[in-house]
Parts: sequence; C-alpha cells; structure tokens
Amino acid sequence: MSRDLTRRTFLHGAMSGAAFSLGLPIFDAFLNDAGTAWADGGQLPVRFGTWFWGCGMNPPRWNPAETGAGYELTTELSPLAPIREHLNVLSGFSVLLDGRPNHPHHSGVIGMLTGAPPTRSKDVPAPTLDVLIADEIGSATRFRSLEIAATGNPRHSYSLRSESVANPSEVSPLALYTRVFGSGFRDPNDAAFVPDPEVMVRQSVISAVMEDRRRLERELGSHDRQRLDEFLTSLRQLEHQLAMQLEKPPPLAACVQPEPALDSEVSAEIGHAIANHEQMAGLLALALACDQTRVFNTVFSYGASNLHRAGNSAGHHTLTHEEPIDSALGYQPNASFFVDRSMEAWTTFVQKLAGIREGDGTLLDNCLVLAHSETSFAKVHDVSGLPVMTAGRAGGRLRTGIHVAGTNDPTTRIGLTVQQLLGLSVDKWGAGSMQTQKPIGELFA
Amino acid sequence: MIGSMHSSASRWLLLALAGAVALSCSRDDGVGPIAMRRLTADQYKQTIADVFGPDIKVVGRFEPDARREGLLAVGTAFVTITPAGFEQYETIARRISAQVIAPDNRDRFVRCTPEDASATDRACAEQFIAEVGRRLLRRELSDEDVAPRLEIAEATTRKLEDFYTGLEYALTSLLISPEFLFRVERASPDPDRTDRLRLTNDTIASRLSFFFWNSTPDDELLDAAERGDLAGGSTLDRQIERLVASRKLESGVRAFFSDLLRLDEIDEVSKDVLLYPRFNRQILADSREQTLRVITDHLVVRNADYRDLFTSRRSFMTRNLGLVYQVPVREREGWEPAEFPEGSPRAGLLSHVSLLTLHSHPGRSSATLRGIFVREALMCQEVPAAPADVDFTVVQDTNNPEHKTARDRLSAHSTGTGCESCHRLMDPIGLGFENFDGIGMWRASENGEPIDASGRVDGEAFEDLVGVGRVLRDNPGVSACAVESLFRYAVGRSAVVGEREFLRDLTARFAASGHRHRELMRMIAASEPFRTASALREIPPGSES
Repeated sequence: MSRDLTRRTFLHGAMSGAAFSLGLPIFDAFLNDAGTAWADGGQLPVRFGTWFWGCGMNPPRWNPAETGAGYELTTELSPLAPIREHLNVLSGFSVLLDGRPNHPHHSGVIGMLTGAPPTRSKDVPAPTLDVLIADEIGSATRFRSLEIAATGNPRHSYSLRSESVANPSEVSPLALYTRVFGSGFRDPNDAAFVPDPEVMVRQSVISAVMEDRRRLERELGSHDRQRLDEFLTSLRQLEHQLAMQLEKPPPLAACVQPEPALDSEVSAEIGHAIANHEQMAGLLALALACDQTRVFNTVFSYGASNLHRAGNSAGHHTLTHEEPIDSALGYQPNASFFVDRSMEAWTTFVQKLAGIREGDGTLLDNCLVLAHSETSFAKVHDVSGLPVMTAGRAGGRLRTGIHVAGTNDPTTRIGLTVQQLLGLSVDKWGAGSMQTQKPIGELFA
Repeated sequence: MIGSMHSSASRWLLLALAGAVALSCSRDDGVGPIAMRRLTADQYKQTIADVFGPDIKVVGRFEPDARREGLLAVGTAFVTITPAGFEQYETIARRISAQVIAPDNRDRFVRCTPEDASATDRACAEQFIAEVGRRLLRRELSDEDVAPRLEIAEATTRKLEDFYTGLEYALTSLLISPEFLFRVERASPDPDRTDRLRLTNDTIASRLSFFFWNSTPDDELLDAAERGDLAGGSTLDRQIERLVASRKLESGVRAFFSDLLRLDEIDEVSKDVLLYPRFNRQILADSREQTLRVITDHLVVRNADYRDLFTSRRSFMTRNLGLVYQVPVREREGWEPAEFPEGSPRAGLLSHVSLLTLHSHPGRSSATLRGIFVREALMCQEVPAAPADVDFTVVQDTNNPEHKTARDRLSAHSTGTGCESCHRLMDPIGLGFENFDGIGMWRASENGEPIDASGRVDGEAFEDLVGVGRVLRDNPGVSACAVESLFRYAVGRSAVVGEREFLRDLTARFAASGHRHRELMRMIAASEPFRTASALREIPPGSES
C-alpha cells in the first residue's frame, strides 16, 4: 500500500480535529514529533496516576502525630516503611459539603477528585482530576489513560468526565495484557519496523465514520450533541492510536515486553484482589515504561469496599458499620484488617514503579501517584480529614518524605498542587467553599 | 443534625409515596423528549444474530450499561462511548465483518458476484452496502451514507486486490457508525399542534422492534415505515399484530423483565463459598434463566394474568438448581418443568433463587435490601438512602446473644433511633423473605431461634413469603407500577406529569384485559405518547459542561 492513503487520512484526522475543536487538546503527535525529544537523552515524561482504596482508615491509628520529614509511621502506616522515602502523607484535608447532603461513599471521593461535592447520589459535577490531566498530557501516547480495578467489576472506576462518561476498568491481568501488549503493541526497541497495511485501512474506516457524525450533528438536541462529541473524542483517540502504530516508536531503554498474563480468578475476595492487583500493577508499570500511557487510575477497592474474606458473613463495608468498636483495642479489628491489606497493596504498587530503572533514577521518580480513600472513619462516612498520600517525585518537581497536616483545609489544595506539578496552568480550582488558590507550598521541590 | 436529616427524609418519603417522585420530569407538556439511545449489549448481539445469523459470533467486551431511575432502558439515553469502549466496539466490529465476509459465509450476504474478485465492482459493492446498511442503520441509506463506504471498499480493493476485503471494511464502517451504535430518534413538527413533534416512521419502526423484539427492524417493518404505515391507524395495528405474533416476542419480554428485575446484576454477584458451599457461578446463570423462563412461559406461552406471576407454583429446574431448591431433578442436563406442591414455602417470582440471591449480602440475607427491591422495582416507590452518620452496629451482628434473628436486630436498630420511618417501609416486607438465606435456600430458624416471617404490607397481613406474594398480587399499586415501568421502558425515559392521566387510563385498560402483558404491550405501542415527543432533549439549564 502506498503512503498516499496514510497521508490523506492523517491530514484528514488532523483537520477534522481542528474544525471541531471541542475544548480538547489537538493531538501533539499530528503536529510535531512529541515523544522523540526526550528519547535521545532529553527529559523523560512525567506521569500521573491515582490509587484508590475504599472505606478509609481509623484516624487515631493512621494519622501521624508529627509533621515534616521527621514524622513517625503510625500503626496503620507501618506497612509503608519500605517506601517511606518516596511518599508524602497528607492528613487533615477535608471535603467541605457546603450544606449539601453527605452521600455515603460518593461525596468524599467525588469532592476530592472534582473539587466540588455532588448534589445527588450519582452526580459528578465536574471531570475528575485524571481526566483534566489526561486532556493535557494524555494525547502523546497510545492510550489517553488506563484504568484497572482489583475487585473484578469494570464499573469500579473513578475516572469520570461526567456522570455518564466513566472510563471502565480492566479487571484481570489477562485483559490488561491483551489491551496493552496484544496485537496493537509496537515494541519500541525492535530493530525492524514494518507498518501494517491493515492499520491504514482501519484509519480510513474511522475517517468515514467521522463524516457520519458531521451529518448527524445537525439533527440532534444539545444533550445528544454533547454525547456525540464525547463519542467523537473516542473515535479520535482510536485514530490516534492507529497513527502511532504506523510510526516507528523511539527506543526506550526501560521498556520490556512482559510475558503474556495467565487467566486468573477475578473477584472481590481479598486474596484474589491482592493477587490480581499485584499482577496488574506490574503490567501497568511496564505500560508506563513503554510509554503506552502517561495517565492511570487504580481501584484496589471501590467506595463502600466490597472486599471480603472467605468464610466471613460480612465484608469490609458491612463491617465498618456493624462491627462494634472493641473496647480493649479501641477500634474495629475485622474492619481494620482491610485497612492493613490496603496499605500493603499500596506499598506493592509503589514498589512496582520503583522497581523499573529509567534514566538516572526509577520510573517512580517520573511519576506522581495520588492515593486516597472516600472517607476517613468509614463507620460514620466521615469526609473530613481524608487519608491522602502521594508517591514519586514528578520528575523532580515534587518533594517527598514528609507529612503535611492540614487543618480542615479543602482537599482542592491537593488537587491544585497536583495539577501545577503536572504542568497545567491553573491558578485556582474547586467550587464553592472548596475553591482554592493555595497550593501546598511544602510539596514543591 | 440527625434529627433534621430524618425529618427531611420523612417529608421526602411522603412525597415518594404520593407517587410524585416516580413521575419525576418537571415539564408538564403531555409528552416527553426524545433522545439518542445506545444499544445495550443484548440489543447489539440480537441485531447481529437477526441480520447475519446466530452462527456469527459477537466476541468482546461491551461498555457497561447503566441503570437510571431503575431502568437500563432509561440509562441508554444518557450514556456515551468512552475511548476504552470504542476500542472494543471497533474490535468487535472487525471480528464480525471478517466472519460475514469469510469465503464460507459471504454468499449468504453478498447477493451479487463481482466480475473479477480481485478488482472493484461498484454496482455489487453498492448493493451489499445498501442492503446490509438498511438493517443496521434501521432506515434506507442516503447517498451520503453509501458514498464514503463505497470509497472504503474500492480503495481497499485496489490496494489489496481483493473485492471481498473491500466489503469487509465497508461493513466494519457501518458497525462503528454512531447511527448503528446509537438509536437516533428523529421527529418532525406536528402539523396539528405546535407544541408536539411526531416521530418519523423510521423511528417508530425502531421503537416497535426494540420494544417487541429487542432487536433491529426486519425488512417488512422497514418497508412499512417507508410507505408511511406506522403513523397510526390500521396499518400500524397490522404491524403491531405481526410483531406480537412473532417468535421474537419472547426476546422483547425477556429484555424488559431482565431490566426491571435487575437480572443483569447477577453477573456482579459474589457469594462467600465457605458460608455457601452449594453456591457456584452456574447456579447464578441458571437462576436468571429460570426466572426468565417462568416469566415468558407465563406471559407469552400461556398468556396468563400478570399478577399470577407472584403466586404461580409453576417453574423450571436444572439439576444444578435442584441442589439449592432441594428438589429432585430427573434430567441430568438441561431444563425440565417443575411445580412446587401446595403447602410448599415457595410460590411466585419472589421465591426465586435469582431474586433472593441478588438482594442479599455476600454472606447473609438482607430484609432491608429485599424490602427496598419490592418498594422500588415492583411498587415504583422511592426509598431514601440512609443518612451518612447512622449507627448500624447492632443491625446485623449475628453473634449478638441478645438478637438472634434479623427481626430482633432490625427492631433494635430502628426503635427510637429515628431510622424507624424508613425501615417501617422496607423491613416488614423484607422480613417476610427471612425463611430464605443469602443464596435463596430455605431455613426454619436462624441461630437456633425459629424465624417469624409474618407481617403486613400496606395494611394487608401475611404469614410468610407465599403470603407476601399473595398480598402483592392483589395490591393495585403493583399492577400500576408494571404499567408505568413498561411504558418507561418502551419510550426510554421517565413519564412526565402530563402523562399521569394516560397511565391511569392504561392501568384500567390493563385490568380490563385481565392483566394480559401482551395486551399491555399492544396498547402502549399503539398509543400517542409512544409516537410523539415534546422536543429534542436539551442540556438542562445550569448544568456544567
């Protein structure tokens, strides 16, 4: 097949992108050679990710007493000892409800990720942080973002452009492997590169569908036009992925294609969740090292965590509400079992990123991972003093190793800080009393 | 704080019970808006099976469907397709196209032969695109639809020197078109009323076929639409009769009840296998199929009274289900008819393992979840969510020596805590289910204490779950809810205030028909609200993005 068709479809894609700019960034790859600059010794890309666990923690056992670099790891933070140097612990930051009801297991996470507490039980008032960041940095890679969930349910995802646009999670190592390292994967370190003629034909097919959309648009109400625009974003994303498959990718020393993943049992039973999470974390780390995506979202357990232990009639969420506080211990031992497992899983996740050498440091050094839950004390759905952590150095921009204690400050201070560290030009973020112009100064290196 | 939340919850509740919440749309203009609706995974698969045959496999992961106001059918008018979802749809489409155009199959679908299989043949390609495209896009294709597909076919054929590969990609482009993946509803101004739109014949054809068959219109229905036969009158009635008489009616009835009873959620159920050693995935799959078989047998095959679904003792069993129901099953493989004897603790839909399992926790039953299900799905009432700071500690501490049964625990929780107003709604019904555990197995006692499953629903007394079924059967709110739900399902939106009178009338006519579900489907399909609209759906004022 000649290059003719390719050139035409490339131009076509780029031009329809310009003509129908929907407030989305134009794909860098169409416009310049982004992605090659850093490959020959330049700056490595900075990646952003989230790591969520459900049903919070026990504030007295989780929040450190001291602030700054000299804080001591508390009982519930003790599993983090091996990764302490890579972390920041942020306590005392709250979702401020502004008189809106506290929708259990929803207000906390949505307030944290969108900067605005929801008005209804499924309401998503603004795009989540990862979507804002992916709009900025997600277009240089094959996938705008990748989502994984360890609990077996693809709906367990907090990557949301709106209430009805949720990026579904991959729930098994096999599915994640197939999506990233299956037939569409081009190994950047392969010496030979032969563009696949089928990919060019697929591009022309997508171009034709873009035309369908243009005619259809005239016949729709504003609500459907908006949905069609979202569909169009998805079309362009695939067009973009195909374009990348036709270009020889720049070599990446850190990229190694993993062995194919095996089929595994997928469920919310804690043993399965831990095993699947660990495998998917490893695959995700390689997907980042191979620059397949720069944004990712991980759900270890969803809000109102449905993790459970084999043989126990009550799972994590049920236990947080129904288990009495043991008077001798001062906490709910069975519910807290899941807090400990969550902190261990988070440690595993960070270690997977830290285990890949990249440039002069590790992959983790070029990441900023934001870990958080939807409540502090889950028994009463408390959305004040949410447990939050960061991992990685964001390419050297983020200071690590400290505990910052907010004094009921809005969580938007964290979100604003993260956006600025990722290079977004934002000087305020959030709605109502959550709105802030104050990033957390201590975190800037 | 707690006090004020509860009193506002109580007010909310009163509104809900007055029926004001179910009719949630604010516009009082007689009919509701139309919208673009994403095909559900089942509709996609059914369409491919109808157009290309059941041997063409649909392999891949679909974007999850989303329930809204109790129905996936309403949710389809809000969802879109994410980048991750579209990747999958494109892959699914290519897999389908490759099968359709494979040498063994192509002669069934390509009804012309190219002069030279390694060169382009415009007329033949055009014929294929137009014929298949009409079924997939559910209307006659315009030149604007055909031309880009023809270009794909010809460009591909020229490059790869194969006529059929060209068709393969032209077909793929139809399968990823927004007009295939979404049902786009169209309407034109009503000449008689300025505040009304009339749906186009094409749109009515799709509404009809997805309502009755859960699939794309067939050629005959599309022909009728092209003749303008679906705007009303006897030509419309003739098509409705044909749709009702078709074998495919069963798919439509299944799709509605699967949506209403949330049977799709069975895929997400997880149960503790140590507590429930008899549980396995096959039981879940069989339990859903059992419920759908009972429903279609009752409503379609026997054309029996809808209300008797709550009391009927007729069922179907597999060997696997027999283990949970604790009944002998003769056949080693497959299904056999079964009947629960008089005096059995099981009768009606509510005693099905599917529903009992779905509305339970992973490790125990839940009177509250079961009560909410009955109130919301079967009675169209809205139960407010529990306040965020409620104390559940006592509710189901199953080891508490004081509170051995769920009834003891729930009454300890809801007495004098302010939780009572809501729990009075859910628990008395839900406690009627307590003789069945978290996977729907029968039990006489919990923790050695005999279970008292008696109670009242809106004043009517019952002794056990069979009694709950009897009370619900005769509750006029349950029939009215069936009518409203089916209407909402048919039009893909909630009823508007201006449709109340219509729904009351429909409920009366449903009763007059002897509560025949097929009659109800006919009446809805032939009604004005089914083929008119107020407007295109606009973004609500004040919403972001």
